[in-house]
Amino acid sequence: MTAVLEIAPFAILADLAYWQVTSIRAIAGLAAVLLVAGTLVYVHLFKLVSFMQSRLGPMEAGPYGSLQLLAETGKFLQKEDIIPRRADRFVFCTAPFVVLVSTFLLVVVLPAGPDAWFISNDLGIYLAMAVSSVSVIGILMAGWGSASKYSLIGGLRATGQLIAYELPLLLAVVGVVIQAETMNLQSIVLTQAEGEIFGWSGIGNPFILTQFLGFAIFMIALQAELTQTPFDMPVAESELVTGYMTEYSGLRFLLFFIGEFATAGVFSAIAAVLFLGGWYIPGLDAGSELFNVIGPLVLVGKVVLLSLLIFWFRFTFPRFREDQLQKLAWKYLIPLSLANIFVTAVLKVLW
Amino acid sequence: MSDLLVAQNVFFGLIAVVMLVSAVRCVTTRNVVHAALWLVLVFAGSAALFILLGSEFVAVTQVLVYIGAIIVLFLFGVMLTRASMGDDASVASEKRAMAALVAVLLAAVMGLALFDSFSDTRLVIDEPQRFGVVSDAIFSQYIVAFEAVSVLLLAALIGAIVIARKD
Repeated sequence: MTAVLEIAPFAILADLAYWQVTSIRAIAGLAAVLLVAGTLVYVHLFKLVSFMQSRLGPMEAGPYGSLQLLAETGKFLQKEDIIPRRADRFVFCTAPFVVLVSTFLLVVVLPAGPDAWFISNDLGIYLAMAVSSVSVIGILMAGWGSASKYSLIGGLRATGQLIAYELPLLLAVVGVVIQAETMNLQSIVLTQAEGEIFGWSGIGNPFILTQFLGFAIFMIALQAELTQTPFDMPVAESELVTGYMTEYSGLRFLLFFIGEFATAGVFSAIAAVLFLGGWYIPGLDAGSELFNVIGPLVLVGKVVLLSLLIFWFRFTFPRFREDQLQKLAWKYLIPLSLANIFVTAVLKVLW
Repeated sequence: MSDLLVAQNVFFGLIAVVMLVSAVRCVTTRNVVHAALWLVLVFAGSAALFILLGSEFVAVTQVLVYIGAIIVLFLFGVMLTRASMGDDASVASEKRAMAALVAVLLAAVMGLALFDSFSDTRLVIDEPQRFGVVSDAIFSQYIVAFEAVSVLLLAALIGAIVIARKD
């Protein structure tokens, strides 16, 4: 019981009642999901992509169009919430919330500083992987509940893809877990911060160096898990309109949209924790109180960097065909990640 | 009895009610997809019960395997083959009496077995079961059973491929 309910050992928080700490955590979690998602949409989707396509992107709302997000949110909120007549009302209406809940639960395991975490649990990354698989049910609910063939085909494609790429995603993490000897994300960060490269402890030992194959597999599988472009068969607009989101409008479409980018942000954060050292930057002592303040900012910086990769891929590569997509997962990524686990385990025992 | 135990009892009651209602709806609804979705609630409830018992690893595994994989495969299969909206008349109704009989018998046997063996055992939960303890037990004390299960699953996997192959 205690590990789930443990209260953050912040000096300021120590005197607060349980419900107060819980409220602070809920607000921090909301901020961590929504602010990061907003940053990604503005910096990457609005601006970076515009420059890649030789245009300016939003420029009217606020300086450099920075208030465009608020305008878009307002637009979506005003739109009519249309529910198809033959749709299964309850399933149709709940589906976006199931997807969003899985994203919000993911953020719970993330550490953002030596004392700044939601829960510090032995299960850590295992919990994250379990929770992230729940979103598939939301997608299936959306696809089936819409009573539209485009939605159904989109939902089925999405599920086939998510099942296929969940395996390499999980297996790529195992290499890091073996090397760090723990699943707790906070301990994984500390292991990297206190590690040494052949006796040189200048930059710690970020696992991207030793687990480079794992990192590559993780990022590719992540791209597919987020159904971003080389893997966007489920929402292929030339065939399926927008796949399982076809019948959604207004607020419920906005929820799916937020879910997509928030999940990109949270998974980038998990990748940053696993491979780039999380909230730690070289030069400071890992136990320093200062990290409670700059840690979240460092983590967001790494998230923006990693999601830059995701969006760069998204706007560079053409779409995979369904059979190519399944082949990549089952024939290349899974065997490679198994080999990675084997080699890591052997080296771990020998060292 | 401490305050924590009171909270645990209250939540046990809530979770049990949700699980019972979902289980009943799961077998009485005539819509196959709805049945699978009610089953999600039952599995989520059992995961919550494991958390109340301090077995976090089992709870998370419950979510990962049952909700994240088995239900998804259920739904996937149902939608791929017959994704009719609304009620499905072909969902058997004449076999209900037999199914109810089997359910009652199963509940009686399992209930009796559990009550007979554990009725005077008190479960003491001081702290959550650490993940390391679970894995140590699996890979030392129960290693033979673990490997046997792995081989069994592999055999099932190969069998499924053999059945599914056309040539």
